[in-house]
Amino acid sequence: MIRVLLFAELEERLGTRELELREGKTSVGSLRLKLAQTHSELEGIEHAMAAVNEEYAEDTTSVRDGDTVAFIPPVSGG
Amino acid sequence: MNDSRFTITSEPVDITEVIEKVTHRNAGAVNTFIGTVRELTNGKRTLYLRYDAYVPMAEKQLARIGDEIKRDYPEAKVAITHRIGELAISDVAVVIAVATPHRADAFDASRYAIERIKEIVPIWKKEHWEDGSEWIGDQRETASYPSGRPEKEDMQ
Repeated sequence: MIRVLLFAELEERLGTRELELREGKTSVGSLRLKLAQTHSELEGIEHAMAAVNEEYAEDTTSVRDGDTVAFIPPVSGG
Repeated sequence: MNDSRFTITSEPVDITEVIEKVTHRNAGAVNTFIGTVRELTNGKRTLYLRYDAYVPMAEKQLARIGDEIKRDYPEAKVAITHRIGELAISDVAVVIAVATPHRADAFDASRYAIERIKEIVPIWKKEHWEDGSEWIGDQRETASYPSGRPEKEDMQ
């Protein structure tokens, strides 16, 4: 399973912070596209930054079973 | 007392505790930046804020900021604590403490740390006003981006 984390407005729109997806080897970009297609509430996910296992990642970064992929909207700490 | 120098907490921030994490005998300066919740932004009255974070990654990114500072100021010692949850006006949201042998570096490194927090640390704030609420998605605090990015009109 791949654990997907969503934050801020993405979390609020979907009504959950966490999803589990059964996927073979994939990439951040493919996961992003799949989520955008299957969950219309996740408008904006295409522009979020992404992290794999708590490190910033690119769309080309590969993702495998057991990984945690987070989609990170523009941050506003401080 | 949280021993880590880079911490996200849901409790009120103990400013002295953050300062004590960096104070040492060869420090000639300890610069402290305290970020607080402001009531008025562009004339709009904030009632309260809610901060949320991707906690384990946020703590790693705070530590990364500490590493970046060490690269430029090898003798600097840095501690950062950011609070999450519901905060009232004037509550302390973030405390940055930087100790260096000489004051100029402590000022510069503190400034660097707060600007980097606004770029790379996965923390979000939701503003609550009298007439609604919104996740703020922009460092300059002038706009929120419901689509997750600046729209054309924001770029003009």
